[in-house]
Amino acid sequence: MIPLSWYLALSATLFTIGVAGVLLQRNVISLFMCIELMLNAVNLSLVAFSRYLNDITGQLFVFIVMTVAAAEAAVGLAIIISLFRNRETLNVDEADLLKL
Amino acid sequence: MPIDFQFIAETLIKIVVAWLFVMLVVAYMVYAERRVLALIQNRLGPNRVGPQGLLQPFADLLKFIFKEEIIPLAANKWLYLLAPIVALVPAMMVLIVYPFGPEVYIPFLERKVSLYITNFNVGLLYVFALTSLGVYGIVLAGWASNSKYSLLGGLRSSAQMVSYELSLSLSVIGVLLQAGSLDLIKIVENQSGFFGLGWHLFWFQPLGFFVYLISAIAETNRVPFDLPEAETELVAGFHTEYSAMKFALFFMAEYVNMFTVSVLATTLFLGGWNGPGVEQFPLLGLFYFLIKVFFFLFLYIWLRGTLPRLRYDQLMNFGWKFLLPVALLNIVISAVIGVLTT
Amino acid sequence: MEILFLMLAALAVVAAFNVILQRNPIHGAISLIVTLCALAGLFLTLQAQFIAAIQVIVYAGAIMVLFVFVIMLLNVRTEEAKRDRQPYLKWIAPLLFIALLGEVFFVFKAVSTPPPAELSAANPAHVIGTTESIGQAMFSLYVVPFEAASVLILMAIVGAMILARRERAPRVEGAAIMAQSAESQTITEEKEVAAGAHR
Repeated sequence: MIPLSWYLALSATLFTIGVAGVLLQRNVISLFMCIELMLNAVNLSLVAFSRYLNDITGQLFVFIVMTVAAAEAAVGLAIIISLFRNRETLNVDEADLLKL
Repeated sequence: MPIDFQFIAETLIKIVVAWLFVMLVVAYMVYAERRVLALIQNRLGPNRVGPQGLLQPFADLLKFIFKEEIIPLAANKWLYLLAPIVALVPAMMVLIVYPFGPEVYIPFLERKVSLYITNFNVGLLYVFALTSLGVYGIVLAGWASNSKYSLLGGLRSSAQMVSYELSLSLSVIGVLLQAGSLDLIKIVENQSGFFGLGWHLFWFQPLGFFVYLISAIAETNRVPFDLPEAETELVAGFHTEYSAMKFALFFMAEYVNMFTVSVLATTLFLGGWNGPGVEQFPLLGLFYFLIKVFFFLFLYIWLRGTLPRLRYDQLMNFGWKFLLPVALLNIVISAVIGVLTT
Repeated sequence: MEILFLMLAALAVVAAFNVILQRNPIHGAISLIVTLCALAGLFLTLQAQFIAAIQVIVYAGAIMVLFVFVIMLLNVRTEEAKRDRQPYLKWIAPLLFIALLGEVFFVFKAVSTPPPAELSAANPAHVIGTTESIGQAMFSLYVVPFEAASVLILMAIVGAMILARRERAPRVEGAAIMAQSAESQTITEEKEVAAGAHR
């Protein structure tokens, strides 16, 4: 049987990759995808804990996280579209006026 | 853990047989489509290769293989090559849960063999997961070709598939409420009452079946919902720039998807392998199953020969403003019936 | 089992690196889809079938389709090389990455991980993760979070519609004209996209 620590290590690695991505990328859509990556890393450790502690709560939590991610993607992408219409750019550094 | 070689061999044989069968159905579906359409339009159709043109699919295949592979200069090469693969592979992966028939006894080998490859308790979700991945093939093909017709076709197609996927999955929930399981085998077994006629279509799910059928046709991009490849306005939609075998892969993916959708309709609403006399002769189940699936495949051709194409805004309005509320209504009705009958 | 884990983990990590290192958003999106599918496979090794299926349906099949759709709609090819306002971030990122990773693994090493819970016959693992168990827990013990999530989704739908809508002609002209302008608008939108394809 695979030890729990393997899953946690993988989850931590994916999370840190996501953090590094937020710093590296300047494109709003890419930034957004890095955030999704971090959410998924957390999901992995939640499911792993749920399995090893034999408790369903972890998986329910994953379900809720996915719901939040879906809502976030819908609103976030709508914001990105209206940003692009007004600014003609997707670079986050160009959108610094606190208004559209 | 000891390795069960017998089990592995049996599964492998089943996979190969099912795969060959699906490929054969796809090949002859194309042939049947051309012949039946010709019949509807009062002409002959392909009848030169072999008796009655029966070898036409193989001639077509040879032609696809020997055609020149063209990659447009401005295309994004990797994605352009990836797209047909992404379209076909998930479509083919679904076939491991097709419930072809019940357990049958094979006389010479002295063992019982079930006529499905595998079953697991989220079988239906597995099918939906893979069909939802199929969208990427079309989207990527449209984007990577770097052509305006392809891009428009890809955009339209992804919007259409995402919209109709909603009503497709909602229409199935009524069946799930009645069967109490996501396992396709259990759903089929749940419909075995009334001498094999306890189909969900008759018992409380006619509305769900109606919604499922329409959104399934839209999901597979067929007439009257074939906007993504509307020849008169978009040349050929997302696969305008594809030639030779890559085009054939898209074609195969579309037909495998049609087969999957027909199998699901049969399984969920028409009782799968159930029918009069299946209890006594299990092999009859396979026959019933295939008859039902072929009926749906014929329906596709029939519709193509009969109906005109919808306009894009009509399509979206129909999907969101009519089909989705009806699907929701069906869930409420099913839930009420479920409460009343228990 | 271990080999399967290692393969899926390697796939997930490589694809994740590709997400953050690609300059072209659509390549990043496809790498992210690969990561998500690898994670779904890992969920299967944890016997969470329902979550694995939902992961593919919701994440790969819906959320990422939205991403790809928006990338196509805005037609972002490669990032334009504009002046970089925060050039130091490029140097901070790898450092922070290594530091954070080292820290996490240090914590793992310091805190010994608990042994996996004993799986007895009365408490078998395969019960956790089926659709029934999740449904029962969700609609009994966790019904309030579930309702909260559904309200959140409703708010997201309304918010996204308001945000993505363009300003239109004043509404006094009646519904018929509204519908007409909506139609012509989709057509012009498609034309814009088509023009963008050859930019």
